[in-house]
Amino acid sequence: MGSLDETCASLRAQITATEAQLAGLKRDLANAEQAAQSETAPTVEIQQEDQNGEGRRWPLLPEEYKRYGRQMIVSQVGLKGQLKLRSAKVLLVGAGGLGCPAAQYLAGAGVGTIGLIDGDTVEVSNLHRQVLHRTKNVGKYKVDSAIESLRELNPHPTYIAHRTHLTPEGAPAIFQDYDLILDCTDNPATRYLISDTAVLLGKPLVSASALRTEGQLMVLNNPPRAPSDKTGGPCYRCVFPKPPPADSVVSCADGGIIGPVVGAMGVLQALEAIKVITAPEIDGSSDASTARPRDPPSLHIFSAYSSPLVRTIRLRSRRANCAVCSADATVTLDTIKSGSMDYAFFCGAANLPSLLGPDERISALEYNQRHPIVPSASSQPHTVIDVRDEAQFGICSLENSINIPISNILSSGYSAGLQGTDNGQQAANVPSWLPSEVASPESTNPIYVVCRLGNDSQIVVKKMKELGLDQNGKRFIGDIRGGLRSWKEQVDSSWPEY
Amino acid sequence: MANTSNAGQGDFPIPITVEFTGGLELLFGNERKHKVVLPARLEDGSKPNISYLLKYLVDNLMKDQRIDMFIMEDNVRPGILVLINDADWELEGEETYELQQGDNIVFVSTLHGG
Repeated sequence: MGSLDETCASLRAQITATEAQLAGLKRDLANAEQAAQSETAPTVEIQQEDQNGEGRRWPLLPEEYKRYGRQMIVSQVGLKGQLKLRSAKVLLVGAGGLGCPAAQYLAGAGVGTIGLIDGDTVEVSNLHRQVLHRTKNVGKYKVDSAIESLRELNPHPTYIAHRTHLTPEGAPAIFQDYDLILDCTDNPATRYLISDTAVLLGKPLVSASALRTEGQLMVLNNPPRAPSDKTGGPCYRCVFPKPPPADSVVSCADGGIIGPVVGAMGVLQALEAIKVITAPEIDGSSDASTARPRDPPSLHIFSAYSSPLVRTIRLRSRRANCAVCSADATVTLDTIKSGSMDYAFFCGAANLPSLLGPDERISALEYNQRHPIVPSASSQPHTVIDVRDEAQFGICSLENSINIPISNILSSGYSAGLQGTDNGQQAANVPSWLPSEVASPESTNPIYVVCRLGNDSQIVVKKMKELGLDQNGKRFIGDIRGGLRSWKEQVDSSWPEY
Repeated sequence: MANTSNAGQGDFPIPITVEFTGGLELLFGNERKHKVVLPARLEDGSKPNISYLLKYLVDNLMKDQRIDMFIMEDNVRPGILVLINDADWELEGEETYELQQGDNIVFVSTLHGG
């Protein structure tokens, strides 16, 4: 069996390598063909301005008419729009759940230059939604993996890989070379950095986000007028002058995300980008009073389990005291580059709770030694409360653990146990979420609280003690340090990691 | 009764709809849409405005104890947009807006994932 497995693995590797080689050859051929065509025909610059009949008669390559024909015959695009797309330079910040579908449609539509910036590498847990990445590219830089797919889709555009996370020092130099920015990132600090830089360099910004079953989309700084010009579109800071408290920010890794939800948002970003790029020039732009934003600034909210799926909200215009786009601006390219605008500080860091003392916590290993899964004669009865939500509990749970989601615990009123702190009086004030046999004042069996990573479990232990359930210390209530992640590391390597 | 219409609708209770999205619904019993009826006049004779509504929601509708996930410094916490009939509340006078019968008030928490 072993050698057969090896043979299969070796063959698979050879096939992958050969496919990569084939793709490379096709790319070289496409480039050579294009070069051959432009040798017999005029250079790129003349192609774009041949209305005068100079040089070649047709501004696009024959293959491009076929490739883009279906969108060119839509009146909102037309040949004019197609030429704008070809000369457009678009930067996508983030090559993940938003960036992949957005880049895919922009490449397909024939945007001439597409830059991608991301310092992450592809992980298996990305693949359900980050549609440009392939299983064989796990471990590769996301931007390289994405560009590999994009080249297979459309070899015409110029693709630029920025294999780094966006930094305040680097952002202005990178943004400078692009006409339009797409915010496809996943954290507030980067979102403020992107918006600030885009405003100060006069680039429109298409911003989207998604979590669980919902997504949000805004076109910001459109039109991209100078700071202090009130006719410009609002920026991210106009809408959200203050960042949310760091512990209210939930990531896709913690909160979860349905692939098509974030996919829909990325596709809509590409659509808005195409609309911005191909929008007709507003006549009489010399007259500032008539040069109004094309669409009123809006926030589109997508909600997979609501009807209608998308609702649109009218947003405010530029904020008169905005820190970036008003006459009173305090944020400049210099304060960004020098680091005196400190985004990490501005947005704060979530303080992971360390609420419990060492004697209130137990390692997964120690727990397993005290209470082995196969009970011995000496093992003591105890209760394990798993405070993850139902969906996560349903994926995997410890033997004999009971599920009480932290949201149930925190939503129970204060009144439940406040008067119950007198000795022996708890029974009357048992919180409704706790099974009565566990809460029984006669029992001093220990209670262990566990969650995914060991943060929520601490909050719950503290709460239970506040309710007097530890009988003034007679009953042990503690958490399993590091949660079920530690359980996998220290006790059961087969435990599913999700 | 029939002739009180000139006294203004201020004498009738004010039914409105309140919605929570972007994860805020988790603080309100995981229900997105709530029907709320506010009194026509408050004790001091004023009409209920958004400030009053915020307090009302915390006292009557909020299930979660983490009040600072919704309210900070007597206002909605940063990162929450308040929409009055599908427009940013900043277009309508923010917390001083006086609620009208049938108003639709939406609280949206910004998302950051991507």
